[in-house]
Amino acid sequence: MSRKTKDLLMKALIMFSTIFTVGVLVIIIGYIFIQGMGHLSFDFIFGSAETGGIWPMIVSTMYIVGISLAISVPVGIMAAIYLTEYAKQTKFVSLIRLATQSLAGIPSIIFGLFGLALFVRAFGLNVSILSAGFTLAIMNLPVIIRATEEALKSVPQSYREGSLGLGATKIQTIWKVVLPSALPGILTAVILAIGRIVGESAPVLLTAGVLKDLPTSVFDGGRTLTVHLYLLAQEAISPEDFQIAFATATVLIIIVLVINLIARFVSAKLDKTKA
Amino acid sequence: MAENNKFEVENLDLFYGEFQALKSITMDIEANKVTAFIGPSGCGKSTFLRTLNRMNDLIDTVRIDGEIKLDGQDIYKKDVDVTDLRRRVGMVFQKPNPFPMSIYDNVVYGPRAQGIKDKKKLDEIAESSLRAAALWDEVKDKLNKSGLALSGGQQQRLCIARTIAMKPEIILMDEPTSALDPIATLKVEQLMEELKKEYTIVIVTHSMQQAARISDTTAFFLMGELIEMGDTNDIFSNPKKQQTEDYITGRFG
Repeated sequence: MSRKTKDLLMKALIMFSTIFTVGVLVIIIGYIFIQGMGHLSFDFIFGSAETGGIWPMIVSTMYIVGISLAISVPVGIMAAIYLTEYAKQTKFVSLIRLATQSLAGIPSIIFGLFGLALFVRAFGLNVSILSAGFTLAIMNLPVIIRATEEALKSVPQSYREGSLGLGATKIQTIWKVVLPSALPGILTAVILAIGRIVGESAPVLLTAGVLKDLPTSVFDGGRTLTVHLYLLAQEAISPEDFQIAFATATVLIIIVLVINLIARFVSAKLDKTKA
Repeated sequence: MAENNKFEVENLDLFYGEFQALKSITMDIEANKVTAFIGPSGCGKSTFLRTLNRMNDLIDTVRIDGEIKLDGQDIYKKDVDVTDLRRRVGMVFQKPNPFPMSIYDNVVYGPRAQGIKDKKKLDEIAESSLRAAALWDEVKDKLNKSGLALSGGQQQRLCIARTIAMKPEIILMDEPTSALDPIATLKVEQLMEELKKEYTIVIVTHSMQQAARISDTTAFFLMGELIEMGDTNDIFSNPKKQQTEDYITGRFG
């Protein structure tokens, strides 16, 4: 085979792979939208469960996202700051790093089981939005820590030297120069975390339950969109049932897309390293 | 202590882990003079400069023996406030490193870190520092633009302005023109001529011509040792040590 043919063949293979990937994505999203669009309506999105609406599920999902982010983002960022900016690079620190890396790879159902044992049973929080929020916060901590560490490491050392060289304290340096420069990276991690929280079903099923009512407080149980989708699909018999499931899926996808777009926009606004 | 000495260094050893980077350095640095450190790459001149404002503290593996006195006070004593030391001993780095924020915020970064909040006072500091760094006329209409939008030479003068804003007593410069083109270099050198009237300047440079042009005193380093130090004219016209002569005549380095 001549070099030219090889080159052509390789190029064709690469292009095919790209088209295949994009194609699969378009087909999945397109199929879900086409199936689900017919059932989308104001009443469906904002109606109560009795009238076949999914508003309680949207609210439960948002609650759980809010609670788990409120815990995992600040704690994760501070832990990452300690690991990269303060800790001497000893064996102990690499052990912590190994532990967080391993935690990030553990199947989510195991976090669910842990949450069930600790928050639901031992802490007596019962099956509730709070239990699920705590559980997902713990599940997300390692991901936030890892990503923040990477973002902090990519901040040029010259920024730190410049700031310290001007008589700023370490905290001032981190707060005013290092963190702002790392913010776009940290924000990307938070977006991914939101995606993960919205997308989880198994641990939420175990810790927040399946109650269809609109939660009145974080101590109530609640059914998230993914759990709802899971149950709908499992119980679906008629084509109409399936349509409701697809409509729910459409709403899920739209929520994730909107969050992504907002975060991208904010991230671009915050990125001051581009003059 | 001699009347006119700013720094007095005695028997300074510095180790990176096992490696000894500085060997028993003893020298005095005079106030209101420009002192230049020259020598080949890896001779320890930058490392030594960074001991003067304790910038080497940032590296875990560095160990230091000996004594450095600033105005007679040991700067490595336990109770020394490092941030206060670095306010008095400012530093300009090899690569211009403005922060990713506006020109104005860059200049008043240090004063703000010291707790100055009064807008009028900060405005005054910004203008006088930028004027002193010969940058005011070029940036006065775009103080809110990012410091990263400036050219390399302007960025370096911004970093000098940022250092001046702290009203330091000494300015350390670590090869401040090595990343700049000849015209920008000339501007920074002219600026140093002005600055030496008010500040004690210690500069590390790769360029012997630069050392000869701007400094009053020159110190020659080789393999972590201070080989020779003296009046710049003497060092370049009449070096006492063979190694110094070899270096300045271009036989190595």
